[in-house]
Amino acid sequence: MLTNRSNKQALRVGAVAYDPKVVTIWEGFLPYFEMRGAPIDYVLYSTYDAQVDALLAGEIDVAWNSPLAWVKSQIITHGNCRAIAMRDSDRDLTTKILVRKDSNILSLPDLTGKSIAVGASDSPQATLIPLLLVAEAGTIPGQDCNVLYHNVMVGKHGDHVGGERDAARALAAGKADAACVLDANYTVFINEGTLDPGTTRVLATTPPFDHCNFTVQAGLPEQRFGPFVEALLGMSFDDPAVRTLMELEGLKRWLLARTSGYAQLETAVERFHFYA
Amino acid sequence: MRSWKQPSSGSTFMPERFPKAQLELEDLAIHDGAPVLLRGALADLAPGNWLEVRGDSPQLVEELAAWCRKEGHHYLGIGTAPNTYRIERGAGPSPVLSTGGQVAESADPQWGLAPRGGKVEVGGPKFAFTLSQKRDIWAHELQSIYKQGVGNQWSAARDVPWDELPKLPDELEAAVCQVMTFLTENEFAALYVPARFIPRIHPHYREVVEVLAVQVVDEARHAEAFTRRAEAGGKGLGTTAVSGQVSLQTLIEEPDFTTATFLLCVMGEGTFLTLLKFLEEFAPEPVTANLARLAHRDEARHVAFGVEHVRYVLEREPERRSSLAAAVERRSRMLASISGLSPYVYDAMVILAGGGISPRQIQAGTRRVTALHREMDRTRRERLQSLGFDSDAARMLSAYHTKNFM
Repeated sequence: MLTNRSNKQALRVGAVAYDPKVVTIWEGFLPYFEMRGAPIDYVLYSTYDAQVDALLAGEIDVAWNSPLAWVKSQIITHGNCRAIAMRDSDRDLTTKILVRKDSNILSLPDLTGKSIAVGASDSPQATLIPLLLVAEAGTIPGQDCNVLYHNVMVGKHGDHVGGERDAARALAAGKADAACVLDANYTVFINEGTLDPGTTRVLATTPPFDHCNFTVQAGLPEQRFGPFVEALLGMSFDDPAVRTLMELEGLKRWLLARTSGYAQLETAVERFHFYA
Repeated sequence: MRSWKQPSSGSTFMPERFPKAQLELEDLAIHDGAPVLLRGALADLAPGNWLEVRGDSPQLVEELAAWCRKEGHHYLGIGTAPNTYRIERGAGPSPVLSTGGQVAESADPQWGLAPRGGKVEVGGPKFAFTLSQKRDIWAHELQSIYKQGVGNQWSAARDVPWDELPKLPDELEAAVCQVMTFLTENEFAALYVPARFIPRIHPHYREVVEVLAVQVVDEARHAEAFTRRAEAGGKGLGTTAVSGQVSLQTLIEEPDFTTATFLLCVMGEGTFLTLLKFLEEFAPEPVTANLARLAHRDEARHVAFGVEHVRYVLEREPERRSSLAAAVERRSRMLASISGLSPYVYDAMVILAGGGISPRQIQAGTRRVTALHREMDRTRRERLQSLGFDSDAARMLSAYHTKNFM
């Protein structure tokens, strides 16, 4: 625990420290929530598994969950968790399965017998969801095709983009025949030079899916987290006090959560026996 | 590349929401520049309106949705015509404020470092510029003072005839070095006073910042040149006396801009003008005479700023005359324990003005220094009266200042 405020009213929010900026973000948010009459404290975990345990043990009131941590919480509690808010940028993400431009892989079934580079084994966006797309097209990952994992910071559910970047590098270097990258990172990898422009082609794109959300246990009374959600929704990108924090967190505004965007991940978790 | 067609007429039968603008991207993709045109097109739309984009790059469709998400817009999918895509403008980017083309009476902290007359994005930090009211810092004639300042920059290395420096008798050389030491102390004080205020002045009032910045550069050059003169003759620097330091400390610690400007530029540098004229006249060699002449030209400009600032302030708040007078008196009281110009400096001035240490030369030098004090007093009173102080007040304030040169 990085802070130890004595205020018993403060809502305890858990987050995973996938990058040093996480401290900057939450330390910066504290006075904002305090001023809005919704005091919070934050607790950092090194893995989402630890954070899920903490939420279910009541050590924290709210968990800033990856999509996989959300799905895990739902599995363990038999659906007794509740998603309360998310970023505008958490909605409708897609992952691209890339091949080299001159590749003879023209459709998903052509991946049979090939190797496909993915991110960390627990990354929803760079591994689980695109592998589901491959599986549903008839090629069973690990059985009909080789999967090259790039396990950077396992436990952090791919929040650290490093594994995904390594997957893109493996494709560029000819070590893999395909690579899975989040749509937004595709442009990033081209702009930063990881992938040369014009050397790759999109083989397939997953249907849209959603990313992180703030999760509470269903039994937590609304009056307990209501002020927090209200303060989130009231946060403005035009407010100098929080603008840089919002940029670090990668959003323009907070939205109420929806849970309709996690179906692919739920299916992938089940199909690949991820939590078996 | 960019076309701003309005959709065809007959809008009565168009669906309720139709593209407000269209953008032709040809073969541009997101990673090779499309955002430049997209941002331009979206900036002209109101939130909620659509932009229809047409582009041939196969990459565009792969990158557009993620780009929209990152920028806070909504990707609505492909359009009806081939290779067209629809984007709904989101709330971003942040609105911009005008910083006003005219010099405002009060500068908004949100304008920050934005140049006056430009626009500034809302949501930036609020800077703590404590001098953000025009009436606290402005001066008449700022532009011409700055123009002269920039036009009259000189170089201690290039513009001073160092090779004409003769070997002076020891006593005279020592006197020159002691005077140079004293001048350098004063130049440092005159550098630190404006330098302390520059970061407190809102950049909206850039003319004031520019004039003070040139002033700082001038003083740095003076300090360098005077030190160099002391070292050039082989004797090196003289002694810094306690009295001089105490006097200058009261000057550089003055917290109020107008009071500090009054004390430094009007009273101090005003007095220095007379001193530098004196040094030019009685300098025993052309190097010192030239340095005094060049420094005098700069100091005259600093005095002009001080006078024009104080005049501007007093025109609006005549009652501040009494607080300025009180500051001079306060400074004088703090110097009660010292008797005035230190013997180091006084003796050196006498020797320099007399041209040597023979009794006759000392006598002549003493008379000249006495006359210098009288002349300093006269010009101070004149300057104070030009600022609206009556002759009694001017006489009193000038007398209070006697213990200080600067």
